[in-house]
Amino acid sequence: MPVDVAAEIVANRALSPDYNVLSLAAPAIAATARPGQFVMVKLGTGHDPLLRRPFSVFEILRSGDGPPAGITLLSKRIGPSTSLIYNARPGQVAACLGPLGRPFTVVDSPTEAWMVAGGVGLAPFATLAEALRARQVKSTLFYGARRGDELFYLDFFRSLGVDLVLTTEDGSVGEAGRIVAPLDRILASRPADAPVMLYACGPEGMLAATARTAAKHFRPCQVSVERIMGCGMGGCYSCVVPMLGDDGRFHHVRSCIAGPVMPAEQIRWD
Amino acid sequence: MDLSVHIGSLRLKNPLIAASGCFGYGVEYADLVDLSSLGGVAVKGLFLKEREGHTAPRIVETPAGMVNAIGLQGIGVRRFVEEKLPELRARNVTVIVNVCGTSVDEYAEVSRILSDADGVHAIELNISCPNIKEGGIQFGCSLTGTYDVVSVVRKVTRLPIVPKLTPNVTDVASFARASEDAGADAVSLVNTFLAMVLDVETRRPRISNGMGGLSGPAIRPIAVRMVYECRQVVKIPIIGMGGIADARDALEFMIAGATAVQVGTANFVDPLVWDKILDGMREYMRRHQLSRIADIVGTVNAHAHPSL
Repeated sequence: MPVDVAAEIVANRALSPDYNVLSLAAPAIAATARPGQFVMVKLGTGHDPLLRRPFSVFEILRSGDGPPAGITLLSKRIGPSTSLIYNARPGQVAACLGPLGRPFTVVDSPTEAWMVAGGVGLAPFATLAEALRARQVKSTLFYGARRGDELFYLDFFRSLGVDLVLTTEDGSVGEAGRIVAPLDRILASRPADAPVMLYACGPEGMLAATARTAAKHFRPCQVSVERIMGCGMGGCYSCVVPMLGDDGRFHHVRSCIAGPVMPAEQIRWD
Repeated sequence: MDLSVHIGSLRLKNPLIAASGCFGYGVEYADLVDLSSLGGVAVKGLFLKEREGHTAPRIVETPAGMVNAIGLQGIGVRRFVEEKLPELRARNVTVIVNVCGTSVDEYAEVSRILSDADGVHAIELNISCPNIKEGGIQFGCSLTGTYDVVSVVRKVTRLPIVPKLTPNVTDVASFARASEDAGADAVSLVNTFLAMVLDVETRRPRISNGMGGLSGPAIRPIAVRMVYECRQVVKIPIIGMGGIADARDALEFMIAGATAVQVGTANFVDPLVWDKILDGMREYMRRHQLSRIADIVGTVNAHAHPSL
Protein backbone atom coordinates (compact mmCIF):
# COMPACT_ATOMS: atom_id res chain seq x y z
CA MET A 1 0.00 0.00 0.00
CA PRO A 2 1.54 3.36 -0.98
CA VAL A 3 2.23 6.13 1.49
CA ASP A 4 2.96 9.80 0.87
CA VAL A 5 5.86 11.12 2.91
CA ALA A 6 7.68 14.41 3.21
CA ALA A 7 11.13 12.90 2.71
CA GLU A 8 14.21 14.81 3.76
CA ILE A 9 17.08 14.73 1.31
CA VAL A 10 20.01 13.27 3.19
CA ALA A 11 22.53 13.26 0.35
CA ASN A 12 22.85 14.17 -3.29
CA ARG A 13 25.78 12.78 -5.21
CA ALA A 14 26.57 13.93 -8.75
CA LEU A 15 27.78 11.02 -10.90
CA SER A 16 28.37 13.15 -14.01
CA PRO A 17 27.26 16.53 -15.38
CA ASP A 18 23.83 14.92 -16.07
CA TYR A 19 23.37 12.06 -13.62
CA ASN A 20 22.92 12.14 -9.87
CA VAL A 21 21.89 9.86 -7.03
CA LEU A 22 19.46 11.44 -4.57
CA SER A 23 19.12 9.89 -1.11
CA LEU A 24 15.79 10.32 0.66
CA ALA A 25 14.85 9.52 4.26
CA ALA A 26 11.72 7.46 3.67
CA PRO A 27 11.68 4.41 5.97
CA ALA A 28 8.01 3.59 5.34
CA ILE A 29 8.59 3.36 1.59
CA ALA A 30 11.95 1.61 1.93
CA ALA A 31 10.39 -1.05 4.14
CA THR A 32 7.94 -2.28 1.52
CA ALA A 33 9.40 -1.36 -1.89
CA ARG A 34 10.04 -4.30 -4.20
CA PRO A 35 12.36 -4.39 -7.22
CA GLY A 36 10.79 -2.57 -10.17
CA GLN A 37 8.45 -0.39 -8.15
CA PHE A 38 8.53 3.39 -8.37
CA VAL A 39 7.82 6.57 -6.46
CA MET A 40 6.26 9.89 -7.53
CA VAL A 41 8.49 12.75 -6.43
CA LYS A 42 8.29 16.54 -6.34
CA LEU A 43 10.68 19.00 -4.80
CA GLY A 44 9.03 21.96 -3.11
CA THR A 45 5.41 23.05 -3.27
CA GLY A 46 5.47 25.56 -6.12
CA HIS A 47 3.29 25.40 -9.22
CA ASP A 48 6.14 25.39 -11.75
CA PRO A 49 7.04 22.63 -12.32
CA LEU A 50 3.65 21.40 -11.21
CA LEU A 51 3.51 17.62 -11.38
CA ARG A 52 5.47 14.94 -9.61
CA ARG A 53 7.84 12.79 -11.63
CA PRO A 54 8.10 9.00 -11.53
CA PHE A 55 11.39 7.41 -10.48
CA SER A 56 12.31 3.79 -10.01
CA VAL A 57 13.49 2.99 -6.52
CA PHE A 58 17.24 2.69 -7.14
CA GLU A 59 18.68 1.53 -3.80
CA ILE A 60 17.33 0.74 -0.34
CA LEU A 61 19.36 2.60 2.31
CA ARG A 62 20.16 0.89 5.58
CA SER A 63 22.00 2.19 8.60
CA GLY A 64 24.20 -0.71 9.58
CA ASP A 65 22.12 -3.80 10.32
CA GLY A 66 19.08 -1.67 11.14
CA PRO A 67 15.80 -1.54 9.29
CA PRO A 68 15.51 0.23 5.92
CA ALA A 69 15.94 3.97 6.44
CA GLY A 70 15.48 5.40 2.99
CA ILE A 71 15.75 5.07 -0.74
CA THR A 72 17.87 6.53 -3.49
CA LEU A 73 16.83 7.67 -6.94
CA LEU A 74 19.01 7.60 -10.05
CA SER A 75 18.14 10.71 -12.06
CA LYS A 76 19.23 12.05 -15.42
CA ARG A 77 18.87 15.76 -15.98
CA ILE A 78 16.56 16.27 -18.98
CA GLY A 79 14.16 19.06 -17.94
CA PRO A 80 13.12 21.47 -15.19
CA SER A 81 12.14 18.82 -12.61
CA THR A 82 15.26 16.71 -13.06
CA SER A 83 17.36 19.89 -12.98
CA LEU A 84 15.89 20.71 -9.57
CA ILE A 85 16.66 17.17 -8.47
CA TYR A 86 20.22 17.40 -9.79
CA ASN A 87 20.77 20.61 -7.81
CA ALA A 88 18.88 19.55 -4.65
CA ARG A 89 20.66 20.06 -1.34
CA PRO A 90 20.58 17.97 1.83
CA GLY A 91 17.93 19.25 4.21
CA GLN A 92 15.45 20.03 1.46
CA VAL A 93 12.21 18.05 1.54
CA ALA A 94 10.69 16.09 -1.33
CA ALA A 95 7.10 14.89 -1.53
CA CYS A 96 7.50 11.17 -2.18
CA LEU A 97 4.56 8.84 -2.88
CA GLY A 98 5.12 5.12 -3.08
CA PRO A 99 5.93 2.37 -3.50
CA LEU A 100 3.78 2.20 -6.62
CA GLY A 101 3.19 -0.19 -9.48
CA ARG A 102 3.82 -3.84 -10.26
CA PRO A 103 7.30 -5.11 -9.43
CA PHE A 104 9.49 -7.55 -11.33
CA THR A 105 8.75 -11.22 -10.89
CA VAL A 106 12.03 -12.54 -9.48
CA VAL A 107 13.04 -15.90 -10.94
CA ASP A 108 14.58 -18.84 -9.09
CA SER A 109 17.63 -20.88 -9.95
CA PRO A 110 18.40 -22.62 -12.28
CA THR A 111 16.79 -19.96 -14.47
CA GLU A 112 19.35 -17.26 -15.19
CA ALA A 113 18.48 -13.57 -15.01
CA TRP A 114 19.74 -11.29 -17.76
CA MET A 115 19.15 -7.63 -17.04
CA VAL A 116 19.24 -5.23 -20.01
CA ALA A 117 19.75 -1.56 -19.12
CA GLY A 118 20.07 1.53 -21.28
CA GLY A 119 21.24 4.79 -19.70
CA VAL A 120 19.14 5.83 -16.71
CA GLY A 121 17.25 2.56 -17.25
CA LEU A 122 19.83 1.07 -14.90
CA ALA A 123 17.69 2.32 -12.01
CA PRO A 124 15.47 -0.69 -11.21
CA PHE A 125 18.30 -3.23 -11.47
CA ALA A 126 20.25 -2.49 -8.29
CA THR A 127 17.45 -3.82 -6.09
CA LEU A 128 16.64 -6.59 -8.55
CA ALA A 129 20.28 -7.73 -8.53
CA GLU A 130 20.18 -7.91 -4.73
CA ALA A 131 16.97 -9.95 -4.81
CA LEU A 132 18.49 -12.30 -7.40
CA ARG A 133 21.64 -12.64 -5.32
CA ALA A 134 19.55 -13.56 -2.26
CA ARG A 135 18.05 -16.39 -4.32
CA GLN A 136 21.47 -17.36 -5.70
CA VAL A 137 20.32 -16.79 -9.26
CA LYS A 138 23.14 -16.48 -11.80
CA SER A 139 22.80 -12.96 -13.18
CA THR A 140 24.20 -10.89 -16.04
CA LEU A 141 23.82 -7.16 -16.64
CA PHE A 142 23.83 -5.98 -20.25
CA TYR A 143 24.38 -2.27 -19.85
CA GLY A 144 24.64 0.33 -22.62
CA ALA A 145 25.35 4.06 -22.42
CA ARG A 146 26.44 6.90 -24.66
CA ARG A 147 29.95 7.03 -23.24
CA GLY A 148 32.09 5.13 -20.76
CA ASP A 149 31.78 7.90 -18.18
CA GLU A 150 28.03 7.30 -18.14
CA LEU A 151 28.34 3.68 -17.03
CA PHE A 152 27.72 3.76 -13.28
CA TYR A 153 27.78 1.39 -10.31
CA LEU A 154 29.78 -1.28 -12.14
CA ASP A 155 31.61 -2.26 -8.95
CA PHE A 156 28.31 -2.52 -7.10
CA PHE A 157 27.02 -5.08 -9.58
CA ARG A 158 30.36 -6.92 -9.66
CA SER A 159 30.26 -7.16 -5.86
CA LEU A 160 26.93 -8.96 -6.14
CA GLY A 161 28.50 -11.48 -8.52
CA VAL A 162 26.73 -10.08 -11.57
CA ASP A 163 28.52 -10.64 -14.89
CA LEU A 164 28.76 -7.46 -16.95
CA VAL A 165 28.39 -6.99 -20.70
CA LEU A 166 28.98 -3.34 -21.58
CA THR A 167 28.48 -1.25 -24.68
CA THR A 168 28.98 2.44 -25.41
CA GLU A 169 27.85 4.35 -28.46
CA ASP A 170 31.29 5.94 -28.83
CA GLY A 171 33.16 2.71 -28.10
CA SER A 172 35.04 4.24 -25.15
CA VAL A 173 34.23 1.28 -22.88
CA GLY A 174 33.10 -2.20 -23.86
CA GLU A 175 31.76 -2.98 -27.27
CA ALA A 176 30.91 -0.08 -29.59
CA GLY A 177 27.23 0.19 -30.47
CA ARG A 178 23.94 -0.67 -28.87
CA ILE A 179 23.41 -3.19 -26.09
CA VAL A 180 20.95 -5.32 -28.04
CA ALA A 181 23.76 -6.50 -30.39
CA PRO A 182 25.65 -8.55 -27.77
CA LEU A 183 22.35 -9.61 -26.20
CA ASP A 184 21.23 -11.10 -29.52
CA ARG A 185 24.59 -12.78 -30.09
CA ILE A 186 24.87 -14.31 -26.62
CA LEU A 187 21.22 -15.46 -26.65
CA ALA A 188 21.89 -17.18 -29.99
CA SER A 189 24.75 -19.16 -28.45
CA ARG A 190 22.68 -20.24 -25.46
CA PRO A 191 21.24 -23.78 -25.48
CA ALA A 192 17.45 -23.64 -25.88
CA ASP A 193 16.93 -25.87 -22.83
CA ALA A 194 18.86 -23.53 -20.50
CA PRO A 195 16.20 -21.17 -19.11
CA VAL A 196 16.76 -17.40 -19.09
CA MET A 197 14.51 -14.58 -17.93
CA LEU A 198 15.18 -11.20 -19.52
CA TYR A 199 14.54 -7.97 -17.64
CA ALA A 200 14.78 -4.69 -19.57
CA CYS A 201 14.59 -1.00 -18.77
CA GLY A 202 15.69 1.92 -20.92
CA PRO A 203 14.71 4.08 -23.87
CA GLU A 204 11.66 3.01 -25.88
CA GLY A 205 13.69 1.98 -28.93
CA MET A 206 15.94 -0.21 -26.80
CA LEU A 207 12.93 -1.84 -25.11
CA ALA A 208 11.31 -2.56 -28.47
CA ALA A 209 14.57 -4.04 -29.82
CA THR A 210 14.99 -6.13 -26.67
CA ALA A 211 11.41 -7.37 -26.96
CA ARG A 212 12.02 -8.37 -30.61
CA THR A 213 15.26 -10.10 -29.68
CA ALA A 214 13.61 -11.97 -26.82
CA ALA A 215 10.79 -13.11 -29.10
CA LYS A 216 13.25 -14.18 -31.79
CA HIS A 217 14.98 -16.47 -29.29
CA PHE A 218 11.74 -17.57 -27.59
CA ARG A 219 12.76 -16.07 -24.24
CA PRO A 220 10.37 -14.43 -21.77
CA CYS A 221 11.07 -10.79 -21.09
CA GLN A 222 9.80 -8.40 -18.43
CA VAL A 223 10.13 -4.75 -19.42
CA SER A 224 9.86 -1.74 -17.17
CA VAL A 225 8.21 0.84 -19.43
CA GLU A 226 8.51 4.58 -19.05
CA ARG A 227 5.67 6.85 -20.11
CA ILE A 228 4.87 10.47 -19.34
CA MET A 229 2.93 10.02 -16.15
CA GLY A 230 0.57 12.45 -14.42
CA CYS A 231 -0.35 10.85 -11.13
CA GLY A 232 1.10 7.35 -10.71
CA MET A 233 -2.17 6.16 -9.17
CA GLY A 234 -4.36 5.30 -12.16
CA GLY A 235 -6.27 8.56 -11.94
CA CYS A 236 -5.28 10.41 -15.09
CA TYR A 237 -4.89 7.79 -17.84
CA SER A 238 -1.81 9.53 -19.25
CA CYS A 239 0.70 6.69 -19.20
CA VAL A 240 -1.06 4.11 -21.34
CA VAL A 241 0.61 1.28 -23.25
CA PRO A 242 -1.13 -0.81 -25.94
CA MET A 243 -1.30 -4.26 -24.42
CA LEU A 244 -2.77 -7.53 -25.64
CA GLY A 245 -5.95 -8.39 -23.75
CA ASP A 246 -7.70 -11.68 -23.07
CA ASP A 247 -9.91 -10.97 -26.08
CA GLY A 248 -6.90 -11.12 -28.41
CA ARG A 249 -6.97 -7.39 -29.10
CA PHE A 250 -4.77 -4.54 -27.95
CA HIS A 251 -6.11 -2.16 -25.33
CA HIS A 252 -4.65 0.92 -23.68
CA VAL A 253 -3.65 -0.02 -20.15
CA ARG A 254 -2.25 2.32 -17.52
CA SER A 255 1.43 1.55 -17.04
CA CYS A 256 1.36 3.07 -13.53
CA ILE A 257 -0.91 0.32 -12.16
CA ALA A 258 -0.73 -2.46 -14.78
CA GLY A 259 3.05 -1.80 -14.90
CA PRO A 260 5.61 -0.36 -14.93
CA VAL A 261 6.82 -3.95 -15.26
CA MET A 262 4.96 -5.64 -18.09
CA PRO A 263 5.41 -8.78 -20.20
CA ALA A 264 7.18 -7.62 -23.38
CA GLU A 265 5.38 -10.12 -25.59
CA GLN A 266 2.00 -8.56 -24.78
CA ILE A 267 2.97 -5.00 -25.69
CA ARG A 268 2.53 -3.54 -29.15
CA TRP A 269 5.69 -1.60 -29.95
CA ASP A 270 4.71 1.29 -32.26
CA MET B 1 -19.41 23.64 11.88
CA ASP B 2 -21.56 22.69 8.91
CA LEU B 3 -19.66 21.96 5.72
CA SER B 4 -22.63 20.44 3.91
CA VAL B 5 -24.06 21.88 0.71
CA HIS B 6 -26.99 20.98 -1.54
CA ILE B 7 -26.94 20.39 -5.29
CA GLY B 8 -30.62 20.18 -6.11
CA SER B 9 -32.02 17.31 -4.02
CA LEU B 10 -28.54 15.93 -3.36
CA ARG B 11 -26.88 16.74 -0.06
CA LEU B 12 -23.08 16.69 -0.07
CA LYS B 13 -21.39 16.35 3.31
CA ASN B 14 -18.85 18.92 2.16
CA PRO B 15 -18.27 20.96 -1.01
CA LEU B 16 -15.30 18.93 -2.29
CA ILE B 17 -15.80 16.72 -5.34
CA ALA B 18 -13.10 14.80 -7.15
CA ALA B 19 -13.22 16.04 -10.76
CA SER B 20 -14.08 13.68 -13.56
CA GLY B 21 -11.11 12.45 -15.57
CA CYS B 22 -8.75 13.13 -12.69
CA PHE B 23 -9.71 10.38 -10.25
CA GLY B 24 -10.23 7.28 -12.39
CA TYR B 25 -13.32 5.47 -11.17
CA GLY B 26 -12.51 6.44 -7.59
CA VAL B 27 -11.55 2.90 -6.58
CA GLU B 28 -7.96 3.55 -7.70
CA TYR B 29 -7.54 5.88 -4.70
CA ALA B 30 -9.30 3.75 -2.09
CA ASP B 31 -6.02 2.61 -0.48
CA LEU B 32 -4.92 6.20 0.07
CA VAL B 33 -8.09 8.26 0.56
CA ASP B 34 -11.29 7.61 2.54
CA LEU B 35 -13.60 8.07 -0.43
CA SER B 36 -16.62 8.57 1.80
CA SER B 37 -14.96 11.63 3.33
CA LEU B 38 -15.35 13.51 0.04
CA GLY B 39 -18.45 15.47 -0.82
CA GLY B 40 -18.58 13.42 -3.98
CA VAL B 41 -16.58 11.59 -6.62
CA ALA B 42 -17.19 12.42 -10.28
CA VAL B 43 -16.01 9.29 -12.06
CA LYS B 44 -14.35 9.22 -15.45
CA GLY B 45 -16.60 9.94 -18.43
CA LEU B 46 -18.60 7.00 -19.74
CA PHE B 47 -20.11 6.29 -23.12
CA LEU B 48 -22.41 3.39 -23.88
CA LYS B 49 -19.43 1.40 -25.17
CA GLU B 50 -15.78 1.06 -24.25
CA ARG B 51 -13.35 3.57 -25.76
CA GLU B 52 -9.59 3.28 -26.17
CA GLY B 53 -8.79 7.00 -26.24
CA HIS B 54 -5.77 8.56 -27.90
CA THR B 55 -2.28 7.10 -28.11
CA ALA B 56 0.42 8.37 -25.73
CA PRO B 57 1.81 10.95 -25.15
CA ARG B 58 -1.42 12.24 -23.72
CA ILE B 59 -0.24 15.03 -21.44
CA VAL B 60 2.39 17.73 -21.38
CA GLU B 61 3.22 20.01 -18.50
CA THR B 62 2.98 23.80 -18.94
CA PRO B 63 3.68 26.72 -16.58
CA ALA B 64 1.45 26.08 -13.53
CA GLY B 65 -0.64 23.69 -15.56
CA MET B 66 -0.87 20.79 -17.93
CA VAL B 67 -2.43 20.08 -21.30
CA ASN B 68 -4.14 16.73 -21.77
CA ALA B 69 -5.83 14.86 -24.57
CA ILE B 70 -6.73 11.49 -23.12
CA GLY B 71 -9.61 11.02 -25.55
CA LEU B 72 -12.18 9.79 -23.02
CA GLN B 73 -10.80 6.29 -22.64
CA GLY B 74 -13.35 4.36 -20.66
CA ILE B 75 -14.89 0.99 -19.91
CA GLY B 76 -18.45 1.87 -20.97
CA VAL B 77 -21.44 2.35 -18.73
CA ARG B 78 -22.44 -1.32 -18.37
CA ARG B 79 -19.01 -2.47 -17.22
CA PHE B 80 -18.91 0.48 -14.84
CA VAL B 81 -22.19 -0.56 -13.26
CA GLU B 82 -21.04 -4.19 -12.98
CA GLU B 83 -17.38 -3.79 -12.04
CA LYS B 84 -16.93 -0.46 -10.24
CA LEU B 85 -20.24 0.66 -8.79
CA PRO B 86 -20.57 -2.17 -6.21
CA GLU B 87 -17.26 -1.20 -4.58
CA LEU B 88 -18.16 2.49 -4.60
CA ARG B 89 -21.51 1.63 -3.02
CA ALA B 90 -19.82 -0.50 -0.37
CA ARG B 91 -17.51 2.39 0.46
CA ASN B 92 -20.44 4.81 0.86
CA VAL B 93 -19.21 7.09 -1.92
CA THR B 94 -21.43 9.86 -3.24
CA VAL B 95 -21.12 8.95 -6.90
CA ILE B 96 -21.53 11.48 -9.69
CA VAL B 97 -21.21 9.84 -13.08
CA ASN B 98 -19.86 11.87 -15.97
CA VAL B 99 -21.99 10.90 -18.97
CA CYS B 100 -20.73 11.22 -22.54
CA GLY B 101 -22.43 10.73 -25.86
CA THR B 102 -21.96 11.00 -29.59
CA SER B 103 -25.70 11.67 -29.98
CA VAL B 104 -28.57 12.94 -27.86
CA ASP B 105 -29.90 9.37 -27.81
CA GLU B 106 -26.64 8.04 -26.37
CA TYR B 107 -26.69 10.59 -23.51
CA ALA B 108 -30.25 9.50 -22.76
CA GLU B 109 -29.47 5.77 -22.92
CA VAL B 110 -26.37 6.03 -20.68
CA SER B 111 -28.34 8.18 -18.22
CA ARG B 112 -31.23 5.72 -18.20
CA ILE B 113 -28.90 2.79 -17.42
CA LEU B 114 -27.34 4.76 -14.56
CA SER B 115 -30.74 5.75 -13.20
CA ASP B 116 -31.67 2.08 -12.94
CA ALA B 117 -28.43 1.23 -11.14
CA ASP B 118 -28.13 1.34 -7.37
CA GLY B 119 -25.58 3.80 -6.03
CA VAL B 120 -25.51 6.66 -8.54
CA HIS B 121 -26.31 10.01 -6.94
CA ALA B 122 -26.10 12.47 -9.82
CA ILE B 123 -25.34 12.72 -13.51
CA GLU B 124 -22.82 15.17 -14.90
CA LEU B 125 -23.38 15.65 -18.62
CA ASN B 126 -20.08 15.96 -20.44
CA ILE B 127 -20.88 18.35 -23.26
CA SER B 128 -17.50 20.00 -23.05
CA CYS B 129 -14.62 17.60 -23.72
CA PRO B 130 -12.33 19.42 -26.16
CA ASN B 131 -10.47 16.29 -27.23
CA ILE B 132 -12.77 14.12 -29.30
CA LYS B 133 -14.15 14.85 -32.72
CA GLU B 134 -17.62 13.41 -32.40
CA GLY B 135 -20.07 14.33 -29.68
CA GLY B 136 -19.58 16.28 -26.50
CA ILE B 137 -18.30 19.65 -27.51
CA GLN B 138 -20.64 19.88 -30.52
CA PHE B 139 -23.48 20.05 -28.00
CA GLY B 140 -21.61 22.19 -25.51
CA CYS B 141 -20.74 24.88 -28.05
CA SER B 142 -24.32 25.29 -29.28
CA LEU B 143 -27.10 26.74 -27.13
CA THR B 144 -29.72 24.58 -28.84
CA GLY B 145 -27.46 21.50 -28.55
CA THR B 146 -27.02 22.12 -24.83
CA TYR B 147 -30.76 22.61 -24.39
CA ASP B 148 -31.55 19.45 -26.36
CA VAL B 149 -29.19 17.16 -24.44
CA VAL B 150 -30.34 18.41 -21.05
CA SER B 151 -34.05 18.29 -21.85
CA VAL B 152 -33.87 14.78 -23.34
CA VAL B 153 -31.92 13.43 -20.35
CA ARG B 154 -34.37 15.24 -18.03
CA LYS B 155 -37.11 13.02 -19.41
CA VAL B 156 -35.33 9.75 -18.55
CA THR B 157 -34.01 10.36 -15.03
CA ARG B 158 -34.95 11.77 -11.66
CA LEU B 159 -31.30 12.00 -10.64
CA PRO B 160 -29.86 15.50 -10.38
CA ILE B 161 -28.51 16.54 -13.80
CA VAL B 162 -25.41 18.70 -13.96
CA PRO B 163 -24.22 19.74 -17.43
CA LYS B 164 -20.46 20.38 -17.43
CA LEU B 165 -19.81 23.51 -19.45
CA THR B 166 -16.90 24.41 -21.67
CA PRO B 167 -15.06 27.70 -21.30
CA ASN B 168 -14.30 27.66 -25.04
CA VAL B 169 -17.29 29.83 -25.93
CA THR B 170 -17.86 33.57 -26.07
CA ASP B 171 -20.43 33.74 -23.28
CA VAL B 172 -20.48 30.80 -20.91
CA ALA B 173 -23.33 32.31 -18.87
CA SER B 174 -25.74 31.88 -21.78
CA PHE B 175 -24.98 28.14 -21.70
CA ALA B 176 -25.68 28.03 -17.99
CA ARG B 177 -29.03 29.71 -18.68
CA ALA B 178 -29.85 27.27 -21.52
CA SER B 179 -29.10 24.42 -19.11
CA GLU B 180 -31.36 25.90 -16.44
CA ASP B 181 -34.16 26.46 -18.95
CA ALA B 182 -33.90 22.81 -20.05
CA GLY B 183 -34.32 21.52 -16.51
CA ALA B 184 -30.78 21.07 -15.20
CA ASP B 185 -30.42 20.91 -11.42
CA ALA B 186 -27.01 22.58 -11.48
CA VAL B 187 -24.14 23.35 -13.85
CA SER B 188 -20.46 22.57 -13.41
CA LEU B 189 -17.71 24.69 -14.94
CA VAL B 190 -15.16 24.95 -16.30
CA ASN B 191 -13.87 22.08 -18.38
CA THR B 192 -10.38 22.65 -19.83
CA PHE B 193 -9.29 25.40 -22.18
CA LEU B 194 -8.39 24.23 -25.67
CA ALA B 195 -4.63 24.60 -25.94
CA MET B 196 -1.54 23.59 -27.88
CA VAL B 197 2.10 22.97 -27.00
CA LEU B 198 4.81 22.59 -29.64
CA ASP B 199 8.32 21.18 -29.49
CA VAL B 200 10.33 23.92 -31.20
CA GLU B 201 13.18 21.52 -32.08
CA THR B 202 10.98 19.10 -34.00
CA ARG B 203 8.14 21.61 -34.67
CA ARG B 204 5.70 18.90 -33.68
CA PRO B 205 2.90 19.02 -31.08
CA ARG B 206 3.94 17.55 -27.75
CA ILE B 207 0.84 15.34 -27.44
CA SER B 208 -0.42 12.83 -29.96
CA ASN B 209 -3.77 14.53 -30.50
CA GLY B 210 -2.11 17.81 -31.46
CA MET B 211 -4.32 19.94 -29.25
CA GLY B 212 -5.58 19.32 -25.75
CA GLY B 213 -7.18 20.90 -22.71
CA LEU B 214 -5.30 23.19 -20.32
CA SER B 215 -5.95 22.71 -16.60
CA GLY B 216 -4.23 23.60 -13.36
CA PRO B 217 -3.59 26.81 -11.40
CA ALA B 218 -2.85 28.68 -14.65
CA ILE B 219 -6.54 28.78 -15.57
CA ARG B 220 -7.97 29.57 -12.13
CA PRO B 221 -8.63 33.33 -12.45
CA ILE B 222 -10.48 32.83 -15.75
CA ALA B 223 -12.56 30.04 -14.25
CA VAL B 224 -13.43 32.17 -11.20
CA ARG B 225 -14.59 34.95 -13.51
CA MET B 226 -16.78 32.53 -15.45
CA VAL B 227 -18.38 31.15 -12.29
CA TYR B 228 -19.08 34.73 -11.20
CA GLU B 229 -20.69 35.52 -14.57
CA CYS B 230 -22.90 32.44 -14.41
CA ARG B 231 -23.94 33.24 -10.84
CA GLN B 232 -25.43 36.52 -12.10
CA VAL B 233 -27.79 34.84 -14.58
CA VAL B 234 -28.90 31.46 -13.14
CA LYS B 235 -30.57 30.43 -9.89
CA ILE B 236 -29.50 26.77 -9.96
CA PRO B 237 -26.34 25.80 -8.03
CA ILE B 238 -22.95 26.03 -9.71
CA ILE B 239 -20.15 23.53 -9.19
CA GLY B 240 -16.95 25.48 -9.77
CA MET B 241 -13.61 24.16 -10.87
CA GLY B 242 -10.41 25.17 -12.61
CA GLY B 243 -7.01 25.04 -10.93
CA ILE B 244 -8.12 24.65 -7.31
CA ALA B 245 -5.09 23.56 -5.29
CA ASP B 246 -5.86 24.62 -1.71
CA ALA B 247 -8.59 25.89 0.62
CA ARG B 248 -8.09 29.50 -0.41
CA ASP B 249 -8.71 28.59 -4.04
CA ALA B 250 -11.83 26.58 -3.17
CA LEU B 251 -13.21 29.41 -1.05
CA GLU B 252 -12.56 31.88 -3.86
CA PHE B 253 -14.79 29.85 -6.19
CA MET B 254 -17.50 29.58 -3.54
CA ILE B 255 -17.47 33.31 -2.85
CA ALA B 256 -17.69 33.89 -6.61
CA GLY B 257 -20.84 31.80 -6.68
CA ALA B 258 -20.03 28.08 -6.57
CA THR B 259 -22.02 25.95 -4.14
CA ALA B 260 -19.53 23.11 -4.47
CA VAL B 261 -16.14 22.73 -6.12
CA GLN B 262 -14.24 20.08 -8.02
CA VAL B 263 -10.54 19.39 -7.70
CA GLY B 264 -8.72 17.70 -10.56
CA THR B 265 -5.13 18.46 -11.46
CA ALA B 266 -4.17 19.19 -7.82
CA ASN B 267 -5.07 15.60 -6.98
CA PHE B 268 -2.27 14.46 -9.32
CA VAL B 269 0.19 16.67 -7.48
CA ASP B 270 -1.07 15.66 -4.04
CA PRO B 271 -3.52 12.76 -3.73
CA LEU B 272 -3.98 13.68 -0.06
CA VAL B 273 -5.06 17.23 -0.90
CA TRP B 274 -8.66 16.62 0.27
CA ASP B 275 -8.12 16.71 4.02
CA LYS B 276 -5.81 19.69 3.65
CA ILE B 277 -8.49 21.68 1.82
CA LEU B 278 -11.17 20.69 4.35
CA ASP B 279 -8.90 21.65 7.26
CA GLY B 280 -8.26 25.00 5.59
CA MET B 281 -11.99 25.57 5.14
CA ARG B 282 -12.65 24.86 8.81
CA GLU B 283 -9.87 27.21 9.82
CA TYR B 284 -11.40 29.92 7.61
CA MET B 285 -14.85 29.34 9.12
CA ARG B 286 -13.43 29.69 12.63
CA ARG B 287 -11.58 32.87 11.71
CA HIS B 288 -14.66 34.40 10.08
CA GLN B 289 -17.07 32.99 12.69
CA LEU B 290 -19.11 31.11 10.11
CA SER B 291 -21.29 28.21 11.17
CA ARG B 292 -22.29 27.12 7.66
CA ILE B 293 -19.94 27.05 4.69
CA ALA B 294 -22.96 27.48 2.41
CA ASP B 295 -23.31 31.02 3.72
CA ILE B 296 -20.27 32.22 1.76
CA VAL B 297 -21.65 31.13 -1.63
CA GLY B 298 -22.04 34.08 -3.99
CA THR B 299 -20.94 36.73 -1.50
CA VAL B 300 -18.53 38.80 -3.56
CA ASN B 301 -18.24 42.19 -1.97
CA ALA B 302 -18.76 44.36 -5.06
CA HIS B 303 -19.56 47.47 -3.07
CA ALA B 304 -16.68 49.56 -4.38
CA HIS B 305 -16.70 47.97 -7.83
CA PRO B 306 -19.53 49.49 -9.85
CA SER B 307 -18.47 47.63 -13.00
CA LEU B 308 -19.44 44.34 -11.30
